[in-house]
Amino acid sequence: MSAPDLLDLFARFALLSLLAVGGAMAAAPEMHRYLVGERGWLDDARFADSIALAQVAPGPNVLFVTVLGWQAGGIAGALAATLGMMLPSGLATWMAWRWKRSREDAPVVAALRTGLSPLAIGLTGSAAWVVAGGSNRDDPRLWGLTAVATLLVWRTRIGMLWLLGAGALLGALGWVG
Amino acid sequence: MTGGPDAKAPDGIDAPAPQPASPAQLFRVFSGLALRGFGGVLPWAQRVLVEERRWLNRDQFVELLAFGQLLPGPNICNLAIMAGDRWFGWRGALAALGGLLAGPTAIVLALAALYAGFAEEPAVRRALAGMAAVAAGLIAATALKLAATQAPRWLAVGLLAFVGVGLLRWPLAWVVAALGPPAVALAWAGARRARGRPAAPGTGRGGGAAR
Repeated sequence: MSAPDLLDLFARFALLSLLAVGGAMAAAPEMHRYLVGERGWLDDARFADSIALAQVAPGPNVLFVTVLGWQAGGIAGALAATLGMMLPSGLATWMAWRWKRSREDAPVVAALRTGLSPLAIGLTGSAAWVVAGGSNRDDPRLWGLTAVATLLVWRTRIGMLWLLGAGALLGALGWVG
Repeated sequence: MTGGPDAKAPDGIDAPAPQPASPAQLFRVFSGLALRGFGGVLPWAQRVLVEERRWLNRDQFVELLAFGQLLPGPNICNLAIMAGDRWFGWRGALAALGGLLAGPTAIVLALAALYAGFAEEPAVRRALAGMAAVAAGLIAATALKLAATQAPRWLAVGLLAFVGVGLLRWPLAWVVAALGPPAVALAWAGARRARGRPAAPGTGRGGGAAR
C-alpha cells in the first residue's frame, strides 16, 4: 500500500470515527462501501471474515477495524485504520470529559447525567438484544442459554469466563448452535 | 491532582473510595479485563471496576457509560479514556486505553496471520454461536444491574430507548436525538424545582439539598 493510500485510509477512518455514535460497528456499512466497493482492497468474504475474526478474539470489538486495515495493507494499514478510528473520537471524548469535570457542580452537567444515564442503560440492553438476535436467530436452545447466562450473572457472582467457556463447549459438542 | 478524597466525593460515599495506585496498575487492570472480554468488554469493565476493585460505584460507572455511548467512537474505549483521566489525567487516559488495546490487538493480528478459513469450521462456528449466546446474556445482565441505580420513572427513558433501538431497530442517532434532549430538559426542570424550594433563603431545614 502506497503512502497516499495509507493517508487516505487514515483520513477516511478518521472521518468515520467522528460519525460513529453508538460504537465502531455502526460505521461498518460505510467501511464496506469504502474498502470493498470504492477501493477494492478487500472482497466481500474477507470483509465478513475480518469481523468474525475480531469477534473470536477477546477485547473491544473495535479491533475489527485493525483487522480490516491489516487485510487491506499489512501492519501499516492496520496502524492507519486503527489510529484513524481512535484518535478523533478519543480526543473529542477526552475534551468533552474535561469540560464536564470542570463544571461538575453546574446544573447542566447534573441534568445531562440524570437524563442520559437511563438512555445509556437502554442502549446497553438494546446491544444485548441485537447481539442475541443476530447469533441466536430462531434456535430456542441458544435463546435458553442467553436467558440462563443473564439470570446467573444478574443474580449471582458466578465466574463469567466459566460461562463463556461452557457456552463454547456446548456449541462445539453440538448441543446448541 | 484529580479525584482525591476531597470535598468532591460524591454523596453517599463516606469512606474514601479505593483508587488505582498508578497508571501502570491502570494499564494492567484494563489489560486484564480486556483479555477476558470475549463477545464484549463492558460486562468485564463493570465487574472489575465496580464489583471487584470498587474504583467506581455504579452511579459513576453509569455516568461514564452514558458519556461513552453518546460521544462518537467505540464506547468502551471512550469509557477507558474518561476513567483513566479521572485518576491520572491524560497519562491515565493513555494507560487505560493502551491496556485495553495492546493485548487484544496482538491476539487478533496473530489470529489474522494464522487465518486459513478456520472460522468456517462447523465446530468452531457452533462454539462461537454458543459463546455469543452467553456473551449476549452478560451484556443483558450488566444492563439489569445498572438499571438498579435509576429511579423508576427515569427507567422509562431507558425502556423507550430499548424499544426503539433494540426491538424496532430504529437508527441509534434518531432515537438518541428524540429521547436525549427531552430527558435532559426534564432533569433540568426537575432539579430547578427541587432547588427552588429548600434553597430559598430563610427556609432553613438545615440546607439539606444544598451542596
